Amino acid sequence: MLAAQPLAVEYTAASGALSTAWLLIALPALGAVVLLLLGRRADKWGHLLGCATVGISFVLGLWYFFTLRGLGNRSVSLDLYTLIISGNFKVNAGLLYDPLSAVFVLLITGVGFLIHVYSVGYMKDDPGRRRFFAYLNLFVAAMLLLVLGNSFLGLYFGWEGVGLASYLLIAFWYYKPEAATAAKKAFIMNRVGDVGLALAIFILFATLGSVSYQDVFSGVGRMSTTTVTAVTLLLLLGACGKSGQFPLQAWLPDAMEGPTPVSALIHAATMVTAGVYLIARANPLYNASHTGQLVVCSIGAITLLIGCIIGCAKDDIKRILAYSTVSQIGYMFLAVGLGGGAYAAGILHLLTHGFFKAGLFLGAGSVMHGMKDQVNIRRFGGLAKYMPITAATFGIGYLAIIGIPPLSGFFSKDPIIEHAFDRPGWTGWLFGGIALVGAGLTAFYMTRLMVLTFFGKPRWTEDIKHPHESPPSMTVAMIVLAVGSVAAGGLLAFHNALANWLNPVFGGATEQTPAEVAHKIPALAVTALVLVFVLAGVALAVVIFREGTAPQEQPARSVLVRAARANLYADAFNEAVFMRPGQWLARALVYVDNRGIDGLVNGLAAAVGGGSARLRRLQTGFVRSYALTMLGGAFLVVAALLVVRLG
Amino acid sequence: MNTSSFPWLIVLTVLPLVGALAVACLPPAAEALAKRLTLAWTLLVLVVTAAIALGFDVNAKRFQYVTSYPWISQFGIRFGFGVDGIALVMIVLIAVLMPVVILASWHDGRTGTRSVKTFFALMLALESTMIGTFVSTDTFLFYVFFEVMLVPMYFLIGSFGGARRQYAAVKFFLYSLVGGLFMLASVIGLYVVSSNAGHPSFAFSDLAKLNIDPGVQKWLFLGFFIAFAIKAPLFPFHTWLPDAGAAAPIGAAVLLVGVMDKVGTFGFLRYCLPLFPDASAWFAPVVVVLAVIGIIYGALLAMGQTDMRRLVAYTSIAHFGFIALGIFAFTTQGGTGAVLYMVNHGLSTGALFLVVGFLIYRRGSSNIADFGGAAKVVPWIAGVFFISGLSSLALPGTNSFVSEFLVLLGSWANQPVATVIATAGMILAALYILLMYQRTMQGKLNPDLPEMNDLSRREAVVIAPMIVLILALGFFPKPVIDVIDPAVKATMQDAGKSDPVPTANSGGRK
Amino acid sequence: MNPTWYLILAAVLFIIGAVGVLVRRNAIVVFMCVELMLNAANLTLVTFSRINGTLDGQIMAFFVMVVAAAEVVVGLAILMSIFRTRRSASVDDANLLKY
Repeated sequence: MLAAQPLAVEYTAASGALSTAWLLIALPALGAVVLLLLGRRADKWGHLLGCATVGISFVLGLWYFFTLRGLGNRSVSLDLYTLIISGNFKVNAGLLYDPLSAVFVLLITGVGFLIHVYSVGYMKDDPGRRRFFAYLNLFVAAMLLLVLGNSFLGLYFGWEGVGLASYLLIAFWYYKPEAATAAKKAFIMNRVGDVGLALAIFILFATLGSVSYQDVFSGVGRMSTTTVTAVTLLLLLGACGKSGQFPLQAWLPDAMEGPTPVSALIHAATMVTAGVYLIARANPLYNASHTGQLVVCSIGAITLLIGCIIGCAKDDIKRILAYSTVSQIGYMFLAVGLGGGAYAAGILHLLTHGFFKAGLFLGAGSVMHGMKDQVNIRRFGGLAKYMPITAATFGIGYLAIIGIPPLSGFFSKDPIIEHAFDRPGWTGWLFGGIALVGAGLTAFYMTRLMVLTFFGKPRWTEDIKHPHESPPSMTVAMIVLAVGSVAAGGLLAFHNALANWLNPVFGGATEQTPAEVAHKIPALAVTALVLVFVLAGVALAVVIFREGTAPQEQPARSVLVRAARANLYADAFNEAVFMRPGQWLARALVYVDNRGIDGLVNGLAAAVGGGSARLRRLQTGFVRSYALTMLGGAFLVVAALLVVRLG
Repeated sequence: MNTSSFPWLIVLTVLPLVGALAVACLPPAAEALAKRLTLAWTLLVLVVTAAIALGFDVNAKRFQYVTSYPWISQFGIRFGFGVDGIALVMIVLIAVLMPVVILASWHDGRTGTRSVKTFFALMLALESTMIGTFVSTDTFLFYVFFEVMLVPMYFLIGSFGGARRQYAAVKFFLYSLVGGLFMLASVIGLYVVSSNAGHPSFAFSDLAKLNIDPGVQKWLFLGFFIAFAIKAPLFPFHTWLPDAGAAAPIGAAVLLVGVMDKVGTFGFLRYCLPLFPDASAWFAPVVVVLAVIGIIYGALLAMGQTDMRRLVAYTSIAHFGFIALGIFAFTTQGGTGAVLYMVNHGLSTGALFLVVGFLIYRRGSSNIADFGGAAKVVPWIAGVFFISGLSSLALPGTNSFVSEFLVLLGSWANQPVATVIATAGMILAALYILLMYQRTMQGKLNPDLPEMNDLSRREAVVIAPMIVLILALGFFPKPVIDVIDPAVKATMQDAGKSDPVPTANSGGRK
Repeated sequence: MNPTWYLILAAVLFIIGAVGVLVRRNAIVVFMCVELMLNAANLTLVTFSRINGTLDGQIMAFFVMVVAAAEVVVGLAILMSIFRTRRSASVDDANLLKY
């Protein structure tokens, strides 16, 4: 599978409309700065400014998109200024606008704008609404920087920038200790991944003398296989941290402590898919490393199973969706790990997922809005009658995520499973099988969520009398996203539109239509198999949960359920292996520092002090003993003189 | 401008001292006048420094504004002054920090055992000696400034400090003095070596041309190294710093950690590497190990602290580990990153100390447990606290990131293992900062918190320039790097080191 | 007459003085013994001056005399004031200046 020859990477310099591409980032960034600096003075109109900057960015994004379509070479680079130049290291602050980043720009600003609008209503009664919009704007700016940077360093700026925005937004209700802790956890686990990304950058510089995409990708052929594999694995570590993939998945469900729009935008639609973006962006590197691709696939497969299993056991509506996100991103990792035509499939799933998962989260937010912030699905039931729009849009998202044709999830998940089966050797069967089982499990837990929330008898807490539908500002966004969930997949997959568009980025790998590829199993057979699994999952869930469920969590009957409820012991593992030894080490070192090192220093001082206290005793105050000492000294001097003179 | 023979650097060194004398001569009752005069004087010094910086030609030869007058001609000791890019950024840092610190210390002189005007006079005297240390090019003169610098700081800690001020002041003084004496021995040793070579001199430019026997180099290197390692401070010579940092008045703590300690790392670059290239290479593994231990050890200890000021002091130990790693990686990027780190650390830790000072002023305690949920009552302070913290944990977009990145990037080729461990230190950095922020600002509001006012106008003026510089240097560090880079290149040439060539380009395979 | 005898006399005087300083408690006597030692030194100086035929030793002797005179003035004054305050002339009683 090694790429025979390196990709010829040619970026043309930006001109005309595209030379203003920096505005995309500058507008939301400016919005964030203005909202933060003006403080309470901007409380009245802050949310409007927040929406406006992202909205304008979206319009600009569309404009640039169509400009790019009209160009011959669709990879446009825009160098803004020299960021660092030291010795032979030079890196520009620059943007790369190519088909891949164009797609991401539209996703980020488009979904971002919808969620901004939704938040106007959702955060209406929150005194910190202006601050919320400032952070959201900051996030959009950082995320755009991430996908638009034209070097790994530029990407790294955005990478940690979105981490910061994510931290701020998870800890938005900072007075809740759980929120603060969850935010910190997210930041730290992201940092673990960032270390990998940073080390990959160091290796790239030491090997190729540059960290810009252009130099790196055209230099892949000159790198040894070992180096490429090392780089790919380190990049993967970074991707795992940001995308909540195994073994760094534990932060993502906790991140649901933040307001629901944040979960929708950052922890479902955009930021957590940055890892997929990174791997897709670095495809020339991954293509050159068989091991790297295999590991990416394995991580994706493991994570998608983990996400599904835990998703089945959770009762918190947002956490179920969070684990579903973990698992869906697992699919994307699997796809980009497979390489070749699957890159486009991965990106397609990323886009459709952006629509339906954001829609699902907004629906969950709408449910919570009407149910006094209740999140336990055991306490819902029968809500379809009271919240028709929410139920309808949520239902569309639900059908999309489990992959019912012709909704968008079908068009994106199905090709991934096909590609997985097509992987040569036994690994193809393994990954394909896991993806298939995952599809069934997804159908099961999503159906459980759907049934328990919207159908059956109400199991509400006593204080809720009349759940209500959300205001139009919120439902509009949900409706638009639902439309996207229905149509996006079909439109983008139609005549391989997305794959052809992305073709230049993946070096011609995605040009073939699925029909032209020789399949191990016929495509239709795979599709049928997937549908069988999905329908089985749906049926099972309907049968079990048709009558509703107990309003409290029941004791777990099997080991698997217990493990799934404990997040497969990932938190326990982290605590036992990293946190507690770390805390113990810190405490022990404080002791060592105070008693050991400082003790040594102070001990030395004490020894000198004690010694001089002893010596002090020689000063008896008796003049005659001093005289005797002087006499002795005189004798010594004379004796020494005699010895020297005579000796 | 710098071709003229006007002794700008002498003026710059003496100017604050004149101010110190003027402030000291004021009547003790004229507190407000003493404060205002000091502030005005530091601003004047800032203007002069800015003029010098503007006149500095990046592309011209390394040392500029060179002046030299005989002092003790029997031993060839001269008043030799001159700046290269490294020294220039440091004196600019001093000049920028001074007015900020003075304004931040507006109410600090009153709690001491001496009069308010003494506090401000000592601050000005400290500025004078610090500038002198960085601009002197005569080794003996450097030594004199290096030691004299201790005196005002000793009195600042001992007379105006917190609870354990006497202990901390004496500890600080003795530690530095011991190191200084080792250095004195080496300075004299250098003189002897240069005499034996037929040209007795203390001037850096003469000494750098010497070819010293490698065996002798090791001993002379050790003398300098111990002095600088204590000053910097490197593990395990660090225990004076938390005590001094916690006991010093906030303004003095900023200068102590932000500027004075940089004399140590500055000394590594200016004296250790060019004068003793063989010994530096020989000792590099040891220094790198100490640096890496410092990074991890400082971070872990910072996590274990209950006092904010001690915490910040321990984070500095971790940061100094990064600086030392960059210097002893012997690459342009590592060295440039290290110098930039010296500047950035002055800004970020300075800002952190200042905000901690704001909090202590309100709460009367620096204990982390005495806060909690404070962001609710003082959102602006929380905001600047957070940004300073981000700078300390080296988030991209803040100044420290660029320097930390350059240090690690430059270290990778020559010290891969150390770089991996140091990079992991980034995680710990995030932990200690966010832990402190969470415990003081987030979570439930501590019911014991007194009525606290948010950022006052004076405090806003104090912290605003720091925040602006933190962000500006985070996105646009090139002007500073351009000044530093040539000097670092020259240093590496003196030390006989050349940058590693990208392996793929040299045809080498990993 | 052989000048060596003068040297021997000086040595004897010096030893008597030194032993006196060491063994006597009375401050006046100790004082006198110190004078004895000084004068022994003077005698030596003058003798050597004679032996070498130069005036250096004699000049030194004058210096010693002057210093001794000054010392007597200061020393006796101190003795007087100690005796007045402590009613004792024993050197062992004046032991306040110790650890």
